Amino acid sequence: MKKILCLAAAASFVLVACSKGGGAGDRVMIQNKGSDTMVNLAQAWAEDYRTQRPNVAIAVSGGGSGTGIASLMNGTVDIANSSRELKKEEQETAKKNTGKEPVEHAVAYDALAIYVHASNPMTTVTKEQLACIFAENGKCTTWKDIGVEVKDCPGQEIVRVGRQNNSGTYQYFREWAIGDKADFKLGSRDMQGSKDVVDLVEHTPCAIGYSGIGYKTAKLKALCVSNTDPASCVEPSAANTLAQTYPISRLLYMYTLGEGTPEVIRYLDWVRSDAGQALVERSGYVPLPADKRRPAPAS
Amino acid sequence: MKELALDSTATPRLSFLKRLMPARPGELVIETVIRLCGYSAVLFVLAIFIFVFREGYEFLANRLDVVQFLTSTEWYPDSNGNKRYGALALIAGTVSVTILAMSLAVPFGLGAAIYVSEFSKGRTKETLKVVIELLAAIPSIVWGFIGIAVLNPLLIRIFDTPVGLNVLNGALLLALMSVPIMVSIGEDALKAVPDSYREAAEAMGATRWQVTWRVLVPAARNGLLAAVLLGVGRAIGETMAVLMATGHSVNVPHSPLDSVRTLTATIAAELGETARGGDHYQVLFVIGMLLFTMTFAVNLTADLVIRGFKGKR
Repeated sequence: MKKILCLAAAASFVLVACSKGGGAGDRVMIQNKGSDTMVNLAQAWAEDYRTQRPNVAIAVSGGGSGTGIASLMNGTVDIANSSRELKKEEQETAKKNTGKEPVEHAVAYDALAIYVHASNPMTTVTKEQLACIFAENGKCTTWKDIGVEVKDCPGQEIVRVGRQNNSGTYQYFREWAIGDKADFKLGSRDMQGSKDVVDLVEHTPCAIGYSGIGYKTAKLKALCVSNTDPASCVEPSAANTLAQTYPISRLLYMYTLGEGTPEVIRYLDWVRSDAGQALVERSGYVPLPADKRRPAPAS
Repeated sequence: MKELALDSTATPRLSFLKRLMPARPGELVIETVIRLCGYSAVLFVLAIFIFVFREGYEFLANRLDVVQFLTSTEWYPDSNGNKRYGALALIAGTVSVTILAMSLAVPFGLGAAIYVSEFSKGRTKETLKVVIELLAAIPSIVWGFIGIAVLNPLLIRIFDTPVGLNVLNGALLLALMSVPIMVSIGEDALKAVPDSYREAAEAMGATRWQVTWRVLVPAARNGLLAAVLLGVGRAIGETMAVLMATGHSVNVPHSPLDSVRTLTATIAAELGETARGGDHYQVLFVIGMLLFTMTFAVNLTADLVIRGFKGKR
């Protein structure tokens, strides 16, 4: 009850602020939470937006898509970042808890790269090989099973580096590589963040891991990925993602409850404008094509 | 001279206060407050237990296969095709890290306690005590950093293992974290042994080693056991450092160099992201109950063992 009152108060505050025409000096707070894949991007947007509209403060935090969606379902955030679509049951829970329908906004593309240590001789990888390495019933446990030999890797054991099981990256990679109904082989090192995956692979000759292409560093290798035939593999790059030839790429979303307050709507329009999408490219992700963009909101 | 003067004024003032304040009402208030403090501990324990139980009970009673929970290593709380809630690998993770940590920490902790209490003197003793207490003040997240940044590459180089985030890494950190507790409590226990014991043993011609090993340690065993068990409690409950240092991998370890995941780390990593009231959320509370039961069992055993000692004496 208190929460509803607070929301109502906040909404009327915004309305009053807008009717005054800009309402300089009245600060509006937007809570934005969710996907770790998107947290750097969301932060970049929030910082840049501040220079355009100083009276709006956007508080960004990560924790995983699941965290953002859970908060959205409990009605404690204005915008939830998610690197996967909302499930049907999540939509229903959100509606039951808050009385409002979650609304989806596609804001950028992400591509997952398959990373290996710099000393690993592999350059390409197929979906079958990845399934053999990562799936519950996959037989590949040593690098010899893949047909390579990795220098400085004791016992040639494949060290699988993944994400904790509520991350959108985990769920997306599972769905792509081994199927939505299948499960990963237990015993992978489950990291808490996208950057942790890259860090561990960088320092571990035996390792293979998946993470966003935005996290690539010069110290490790991102493999050329194909569905079946290694000869037709596609390099993980922005151009290939936008051309929709890179196999492991997906849309990133922001979710609101209903359409959101006027300030939230304005922010989401800006995110999908040319100015917002320029930041997507700078952060290592892939911007929306022209037909999915919005005109920049009038100030 | 000054002290004398102080004393002579203090005594009449005290008696004056006593006369001024009616003893009964004041005592009653203080007694009630103190009693409430005592009862509140019971209240809090009960409240926490009820909370944990309430959040997980419905799932535990209706949908969780308890046998599978305790005997299966398959932890797939988020599977779309085939959800499985087997916590054996997590239990094995907690148990293996705790046992290895204790086998490292107990000799060091008790050895250090005996040295500080019985063999060191003067400045060495004071310095040691301060430094060991300082060790206890390091936050667990900092230990986690040390595990990742220092121990990880070190273990890879020494043991030629693919990943240095494993049972040994976590156990080394936990041992370092629980040694200071063992030392300060163990030292107190040894100090509490009356000097007449030492004097009597020495008068019988015992060497210093014989005095320590045959007289002091048996006399202080309750305190020393309490020191060890507090260390165990710390090791089972520790979350952040083991989350960072053990590799966070669902796996029944076959050697100290295997990565594992502990019960506490699982709750920490997954609870924030589950929908309230869902199966996954509730199974994490069942893990909470399991942890509660484990620490309860450790404490109860300790209590019974100590009582057993007392009975024999």
